[in-house]
Amino acid sequence: MGIEGIGARVTRKEDRRFITGKGRYVDDVKVYGATHAHFVRSPHAHARVKGIDTAAAEKMPGVVAVLTGREIVDDKVGNLICGWMIHSKDGSPMKMGAYPALAPEVVRYVGQAVAVVIAETKNQARDAAEAVVVTYEELPAVVNVKAAIAPGAPQLHPEAPGNIVYDWSLGDEAAVNDAFGKAANIVKLDLVNNRLAPNAMEPRAALAQYDAAEEHFTLYTTSQNPHVARLVLSAFYNIAPEHKLRVIAPDVGGGFGSKIFIYPEEMVALWAAKRVGRPVRWTGDRTEAFLTDANGRDHVSTAEMAFDKDNRILGLRVKTYANFGAYMSLFSSSVPTYLYATLLSGQYDIPAIYAEVLGVYTNTSPVDAYRGAGRPEASYLLERTMETAARQLKVDPGELRRKNFITQFPHQTPVIMAYDTGDFVASLDAAMKAIDYAGFAARKEKARKEGKLRGIGFSCYIEACGIAPSKAVGSLGAGVGLWESAEIRVNPVGTIEVLTGSHSHGQGHETTFCQLIADRLGVPIEQVSIVHGDTDKVQFGMGTYGSRSLAVGGSAIVKAMEKIEAKAKKIVAHQLEASEDDIVIENGEFKVAGTDKTMAFANVALAAYTAHNLPDGMEPGLKESAFYDPSNFTFPAGTYICEVEVDPGTGKTSFVNFVAADDFGRLVNPMIVEGQVHGGLTQGIGQALLEHAVYDDSGQLLTASFMDYAMPRADDVPSYDLHHTTTLCPGNPLGVKGCGEAGAIGASAAVINAITDAIGTNKLDMPATPDRVWHAIHAA
Amino acid sequence: MTTINLTVNGKAVSVDVEDRTLLVHLLRDHLNLTGTHVGCDTSQCGACVVHVDGRAVKSCTMLVGEADGTSVTTIEGLAQGDQLHPMQAAFRDNHGLQCGFCTPGMIMSAIDIVKRHGGKLDEATVRHELEGNICRCTGYHNIVKSVLDAAGRMNLANAAE
Ligand code: FES
Ligand code: FES
Repeated sequence: MGIEGIGARVTRKEDRRFITGKGRYVDDVKVYGATHAHFVRSPHAHARVKGIDTAAAEKMPGVVAVLTGREIVDDKVGNLICGWMIHSKDGSPMKMGAYPALAPEVVRYVGQAVAVVIAETKNQARDAAEAVVVTYEELPAVVNVKAAIAPGAPQLHPEAPGNIVYDWSLGDEAAVNDAFGKAANIVKLDLVNNRLAPNAMEPRAALAQYDAAEEHFTLYTTSQNPHVARLVLSAFYNIAPEHKLRVIAPDVGGGFGSKIFIYPEEMVALWAAKRVGRPVRWTGDRTEAFLTDANGRDHVSTAEMAFDKDNRILGLRVKTYANFGAYMSLFSSSVPTYLYATLLSGQYDIPAIYAEVLGVYTNTSPVDAYRGAGRPEASYLLERTMETAARQLKVDPGELRRKNFITQFPHQTPVIMAYDTGDFVASLDAAMKAIDYAGFAARKEKARKEGKLRGIGFSCYIEACGIAPSKAVGSLGAGVGLWESAEIRVNPVGTIEVLTGSHSHGQGHETTFCQLIADRLGVPIEQVSIVHGDTDKVQFGMGTYGSRSLAVGGSAIVKAMEKIEAKAKKIVAHQLEASEDDIVIENGEFKVAGTDKTMAFANVALAAYTAHNLPDGMEPGLKESAFYDPSNFTFPAGTYICEVEVDPGTGKTSFVNFVAADDFGRLVNPMIVEGQVHGGLTQGIGQALLEHAVYDDSGQLLTASFMDYAMPRADDVPSYDLHHTTTLCPGNPLGVKGCGEAGAIGASAAVINAITDAIGTNKLDMPATPDRVWHAIHAA
Repeated sequence: MTTINLTVNGKAVSVDVEDRTLLVHLLRDHLNLTGTHVGCDTSQCGACVVHVDGRAVKSCTMLVGEADGTSVTTIEGLAQGDQLHPMQAAFRDNHGLQCGFCTPGMIMSAIDIVKRHGGKLDEATVRHELEGNICRCTGYHNIVKSVLDAAGRMNLANAAE
């Protein structure tokens, strides 16, 4: 590894602009003549829109236009789509109601947009929105999944009888029944995976411009995947064809999944920009984010695990109710199905698994992918079940896991996934050593004498990342392929631009991707620029989510680099009169092996562009592109162990230690990887202890601000003790697996397992607030 | 409308704005200082922290009238040319930021914390003092490291003066 190559802790190139206040987020972009949009939103969870009177608002100062669902329908703007088809057990396609950008007839969750005011200033738009009079006829609402499927429940969409989107299953039910028939012990657990608000710190925003001369739109938007946004806006919403729409996602202040999807606001901004003939700007406020950003998780599940007399797992049976909210968001359907049930084998050799998932509509905001997306739910369910099993079977939780680990690779699970490689024993051992598991009993005893309850909890997670092999996801219902593209442009002076379809909203691609180039071509990272987030610059790409950027996007860069290298070697061989096979790259120079003949990279680039002396038939220039489609998912895995102390008087949990041992394959920039783990762990701990998006029975969101929704703050979380074990991913040229979601996938089970160990009862759901923990202690 | 006179990053400015304008919007919308961010509407997140007469203030909680006659420093005013403030450098060196959205507010708050606590800063104090600044990306681990590192650098710089 060079000082800037693969494996180096290079400080980030992008940081300079952020620490000096020069980051450029959507709301920072200024355009001439921009108007401001403010949305009129439903105060009811379920109501018929009887009428919208815009007359008073239209007369307010500065108002340019007031638009409603009527105009959306008149202009034939399409409804929002869900891009992943799931079929129910009986073979029928999932049942979806229409999702209009501005509701013309019925509103189905609090905060759903019914109209938009466009005005000269933000305040004028806000003032006038208050003067729009919407007459509603309230309808009964339902927010809870079990209540929503009960007979007589309020019905959301005529297309989905009983509020059921799908009744899906995966695995072999008969084999699982067989396994349970033979079981010596059965462990059963009911679980709630609490609903979360993603809360990227930058609220969603859009700035839309229409150029009448060119009939061309430009949209600045807070997107993790601007090309997918352009594709969907063009193909389904009738906004503009792709070549007439440029989507730019500049600096984006965090995403965590919530900025993958197309939302009503950016569609409306684009449509309105043409209608009013002025640029239209919308920046959400935090309350709008709470009301309208796609939420995460929200499962109610039952898990049953069968063991033989030697404590080997025979089978797993899972039933899950997944809350989708009032409409199906872009990738929502895949989250509790193919991103969830396919991971239910965890790190264990489980011969038979059967999972049933009921997808349900309720009068709440849409639910879709949030950091981990399905995999945290699977991991939480499995790891709480394992811990419960260890307690019930009276065996050590580490040993029960060890006994059931998969140790031979490749391993085909009964739920689609084929694990390529891993070493689960190594990460378990590393974590147990780091937390001094052997000394825990003595620490617990000491704490007991001091009146504190000490507990320790394990979580051995696995995830499927590097999303995803296009053919595989296509066969499972995905509407898109999930490859990635890269283009490498070497300029005549030897500087390099790398264009990628991945998008960075905190992940540090501007540094990591440069390190790939530095490692292979020896070009200093200062001479390399990463270009992303603009559909006019980068031809196409699938964006960043599912821990895919390095495994898929980075692999595309490697493929393009191989082509650059091959052409450069031909040029060098020609100019130095050597054989192509003898050319090697050392420290940014091309060399004829075993001689002192060299050619600097910059000179090779110049030779390619002057084209004075190229091999016969070679095209001038040095620019290559590649599309990379992965052959399999990648499988990051690891063990988290958490030690906590609970105050029995108050129910408050404090951390003693939190240890993580992750296997992400090769690390390109360990500093950035650690940062990703810290952030993920904190979101997992947030879910375990603090965070909960709560609706009351009438569908009002009770947690619509940072005053009511408990975000993890600096004094809620510990410093982390991170370790790495390594098995290289055989599926991609870099050997990388992805690290962005692991923390959020694995942490919550470790925390709850530790608390339930401390308090001696297993009846505890997230978030384990002091109040809940205190009650759990006293109910036990 | 009101005329507000104040000093921003060492420069005297005079702006006509609506009375209800908040300091953060004066900075972002009228002075084009977009490094100061808005992350919430309840004064909870700290993305908007600036220094008003040397003290850290959430600029979303201050009406322009209250800022009249004050001297305001924003994230744009910290570095001296190419010379980063030690807190800025520490955030970069310790990977104290990811998406960068909370970062300006974090840095402005952190400088205030170090100034108030001087050399007596430990991890628990930093974590407690950062309670008004939310970061969704970093999990705070490297932010805490950055602040402690910068405290050392700032104390050294003070000692040298
Ligand atoms: S914007 Fe000021 S505290 Fe959130
Ligand atoms: S770095 Fe993204 S919110 Fe702090």
